[in-house]
Amino acid sequence: MKRQHHLLIAGAYLTLLAGCGSDPDPVQHGPNPQLPEQGRGLVPSMEIAEPAPWGNEKPRVPDGYEVTAIATDLGIPRQTLVLPNGDILIAEGRGGKAPALRPKDMIAGVIKAKGTTSVESGNRLTLLRDADGDGVYEGRGVFADGLNAPYGLAFVDNHLYVANQDALVMFPYEDGQTRASAPPVKITDLPSEINHHWTKALAASPDGQFLYVGIGSNSNITERGMTAEANRAMIWEVDAKTGAHRPYATGLRNPTALAVQPDTGTLWAVVNERDELGPNLVPDYLTSVREGAFYGWPYSYWGQNVDPRVRPQDPKKVVAAVKPDYALGSHVAALGLSFSDSAMGTPFANGAFVGEHGSWNRSEPSGYKVVFVPFRGGRPSGDPIDFVTGFRDADGTTRGRPVGVTVDPRGALIIADDLANTIWRVTPRNRAPSARAPSPGVPQPEAKPE
Amino acid sequence: MANANEPSSARAIHPLHAVLLASTIPLYLGALLSDLAYNSTYHIQWSNFASWLLVGAMLFTGMALAWTLVTLLRPHARRPLVTFVLLLALFALGLLNSLVHARDAWGTMPEGLILSVIVTILAVAATWSGFSTATRRANT
Repeated sequence: MKRQHHLLIAGAYLTLLAGCGSDPDPVQHGPNPQLPEQGRGLVPSMEIAEPAPWGNEKPRVPDGYEVTAIATDLGIPRQTLVLPNGDILIAEGRGGKAPALRPKDMIAGVIKAKGTTSVESGNRLTLLRDADGDGVYEGRGVFADGLNAPYGLAFVDNHLYVANQDALVMFPYEDGQTRASAPPVKITDLPSEINHHWTKALAASPDGQFLYVGIGSNSNITERGMTAEANRAMIWEVDAKTGAHRPYATGLRNPTALAVQPDTGTLWAVVNERDELGPNLVPDYLTSVREGAFYGWPYSYWGQNVDPRVRPQDPKKVVAAVKPDYALGSHVAALGLSFSDSAMGTPFANGAFVGEHGSWNRSEPSGYKVVFVPFRGGRPSGDPIDFVTGFRDADGTTRGRPVGVTVDPRGALIIADDLANTIWRVTPRNRAPSARAPSPGVPQPEAKPE
Repeated sequence: MANANEPSSARAIHPLHAVLLASTIPLYLGALLSDLAYNSTYHIQWSNFASWLLVGAMLFTGMALAWTLVTLLRPHARRPLVTFVLLLALFALGLLNSLVHARDAWGTMPEGLILSVIVTILAVAATWSGFSTATRRANT
């Protein structure tokens, strides 16, 4: 009986392999990605990362750049923020409380958990400081703790905003501060029921009047019911003073990182698209966010490509769906976005960095790296360029998984690695590690013994 | 009807085997009815019910299949070959149906509903055959 069971499973896998194993990678970068036929197979393609320690290894960076780990042993770092004085804040935590509703949820939950960290959720903000500007962040302390799976971070004029998985909160912040002076003030509650996609991405308008919060869908493709999707899969615009909010753009399945383009003030997002339509569907994307636009989820993807798994369907919404700007590739799981700066060096000065956490729904993994999307005239132009790689070997050994990326205007890219619980800092070699002069008189955060 | 004076025919089919076989019918039927309800209401909870009912159905099908296999391998005058083949087919299609039901939302349709009809009929046939084989043996 057991053997038969295995034979049947093996048979199912063979069917699956025959279905999509030899599928060549289509061109899925840029404004017009190739979208193959939908085809999931009997069992979705799966290849889960096999976590391993970094040891003496490091991520790989382009010639002329170097990478160092500036903090380790964190409590699941997700997004980072560089404060005006150069201090780095790290949001640490694990959220989500979506119950397993089906036998599939239980099985998939166990399988996917193998590819992620097992450390305890930090639920805090850690502050790093490099007081003497030598590139070593010798100061480390907890800025605030007791938070509920903090993720999105934004800073405007002495206000530090934190998007917990259930609420948008604000800490007053004075330059050089190393610890929150008071409990956070709640700006508004955020949709948190079920929280299948729990991360709340955050960006602030340049004038600080509005905050933009990315709220992911409550399912892959409505399998938790349509009612669970109220106020989900959208970006909210929140009035920073009153907490009043409205949908700014909708139909974005999981907007996991938001950033305001420096010159134009335009809001951009990276969005994770739906799974289980095949290894080459649907491309995750980078897009400027058009106010009032509907981006398709759940009814369609990349414009008018209808997803047959959604009932009831809505042909009017399908017609209204706009195409995103730039495909990053299917299942790459883009979780980080930051616009570059001339301090990053010539080839990477004009464009955006994107952290790609990496796929599960593909037999040949995608993502597991940080890419650079070159821009020209304020728009993406050309294929993405690998900027940081080496997170995953060909044999599946995975040492790290990038999440948030943040450009430090002093000339560094800060990368949160939520598998190794490490913060990486990539700098151009030809510059001083940090342009910041030591600031005497500013109190040091307590150095935590390692 | 078995005669109480004939010990050999007192037990037409082992009670536990009977439970294993017969339990498959309401479970597969329940999955079918849930699929029909999802089909007409689009309410996802019916699809969840169908998935779980199929898990239960597969559990009983597997145990009934194992039991029948053991019976088949033992020296008997009449072997439950038809029952075994029906249960094997039921197990294979039940597993296929479980995998189809692991698709998200309406992705289970229409294959899931069609398979639920087939496995319900197969479950009735396998149970019918299982009871008949045993009865025939008892009457011999």
